[in-house]
Amino acid sequence: MTTNNPRATIREILTGWPSKSWLVLLPTLLVTLLVVYGYILWTVVVSLTSSRFFPKYDFVGIEQYAKLWKADRWQIAVDNLWIFASLFIGLSVVAGLVLAIFLDQKVRLENVIRSIYLYPMAISFIVTGIAWKWMLNPGLGIQKLVRDMGYVDFKFDWLINPKMAIYTIVLAAFWQSCGFVMAIFLAGLRGVDAELFKAARIDGAGLPRIYWSIVLPMLRPVFFSVIVILLYQALRSFDLIVSLTNGGPGFSSDLPTTFMYQYTFGRGQLAQGAASAVMITMTVIAIIVPYLYSEIRHERRNAR
Amino acid sequence: MNAATLASPMPRSAVRTDFGRLLGWAAVYFTLFVFVLFFLGPLFVMITTSLKSIEEIRLGTLIGIPRHPTIQPWIDAWSNACVGVDCTGLSPFFLNTIYLVVPATLIPTAIGALNGYALTQVNFRGQNIVYAIILFGCFTPYQAILIPLAQTLGKLGLAGTINGLILAHVVYGLPFTTMFFRNFFISVPSDLAKAARIDGAGFFQTFRYVMLPMSLPIMVVVIIWQFTSIWNDFLFGVAFTSGRNVPIMVALNNIVSSSTGERPYNIDMASAMLAALPTLLVYVFAGKYFVRGLMAGSVKG
Repeated sequence: MTTNNPRATIREILTGWPSKSWLVLLPTLLVTLLVVYGYILWTVVVSLTSSRFFPKYDFVGIEQYAKLWKADRWQIAVDNLWIFASLFIGLSVVAGLVLAIFLDQKVRLENVIRSIYLYPMAISFIVTGIAWKWMLNPGLGIQKLVRDMGYVDFKFDWLINPKMAIYTIVLAAFWQSCGFVMAIFLAGLRGVDAELFKAARIDGAGLPRIYWSIVLPMLRPVFFSVIVILLYQALRSFDLIVSLTNGGPGFSSDLPTTFMYQYTFGRGQLAQGAASAVMITMTVIAIIVPYLYSEIRHERRNAR
Repeated sequence: MNAATLASPMPRSAVRTDFGRLLGWAAVYFTLFVFVLFFLGPLFVMITTSLKSIEEIRLGTLIGIPRHPTIQPWIDAWSNACVGVDCTGLSPFFLNTIYLVVPATLIPTAIGALNGYALTQVNFRGQNIVYAIILFGCFTPYQAILIPLAQTLGKLGLAGTINGLILAHVVYGLPFTTMFFRNFFISVPSDLAKAARIDGAGFFQTFRYVMLPMSLPIMVVVIIWQFTSIWNDFLFGVAFTSGRNVPIMVALNNIVSSSTGERPYNIDMASAMLAALPTLLVYVFAGKYFVRGLMAGSVKG
């Protein structure tokens, strides 16, 4: 083989490293194209049909979507999602940030405390749901505990109260994710230059003021990531609802994900389930695509 | 410094700051401690409840220490807790999940390592697009693929089986494993691969003898990540398997929500603890790697 030849032979191209890279990546690429993009499209197609127990490819236009947005149960699920997402994100961000700042004050046993805050992330949502269901159970749980202490009129029946059930999900989800948010903020805080604190101190600024007007603005990208991650997590929450309330009482604590599962696998309303899945997907795309775009751009800028 | 300044009383403001600082420390430790209780509470209640007899649960309080601790609930949870009339306990489902988790962890990890290497150590046209296409797979809304995947598994004759579930976890694990390895290999200088090439090493040899040994830490992270997500998975399990084939979390949910007569809360809690134990142990013994995966898996796209 001549290395002088400006044109590589076919054989050289085929045995070159770029070809081998393609060879390695091709299966994953094709599988992803099929099971991610292809399947999402397939779901879109199903949502435009009148399928019930089995897919039936008759085109009925956007009928399923019209039906979906008229359904009370879907409305409740969507309202619940926003209640859940805003409270869950708000609480996790505030508590996670405060805990991170406190832990960053050179406290004793920092490692132990951090591990305790983070361990819920290693537990499945099903287990979390079961634990909280037991504690929130009015007959034997926290309500009884407080009543036994003498507060006979104490009432904590969120789990069986249709108006409050969604807040039990907020509570359990917060319990699971708060430590994780703390860890992300802590990593961000550790990236802040210690010299900065010294300089601000010399200028006579107090700690709260340093955090509020110097450190927090520097953490803006971290806030952005945390909120996107939590929003995404709220959108896909499913297991926790199943094990904690199973959407009940009635369907008062349904979320779009549990709605989708119920209609698709429980009621044999395939097309309606698909339409709800498409709504979820569109929301995810609206959040994730700009996020990935900004991340990749950021990475390129750093690479330069 | 002269005697006059030493003798003068401490300025008022200094006293206030000292007091304020003390108060600040107290507030910091108090808050941290309250949250320690908040996070440990459910675990404590689960463990104590799982060691009580059902009478003691009914008569005692939620946070009481078991007066006559018994491991009977754990034995029942393992070998004879019931789902409907099927009283096998968690053990067969525990084994199901081990049978599931080994291939569903190792296959995507191996492929992901190769992918990450190919995406970073070799330059070829279209590289970034290929990565972007795979990367988006990490954010697949699983609701949008449940119906087609169920159809496909049906066509393949894998409906309701563990092998079908393995396939599902393998294909949806690939974007994550690829992303982890790609983000690791991108920081490895490309001179290394070039040097190996000049020394006559081939594409796969360079991977095997230069890159793979180097990627050991990230491999541990990926294996732990994949293991934890599969062990804790519920959605795929409940959608694609049924009956005796379900993985542990589905079985756990079935045991806890099968309502015949009075709820055996102690057995429920013991079952939950048994199901949570493997991932908790991973957290205790390899917490560093677990946390690293957690951060890399969600913070970085």
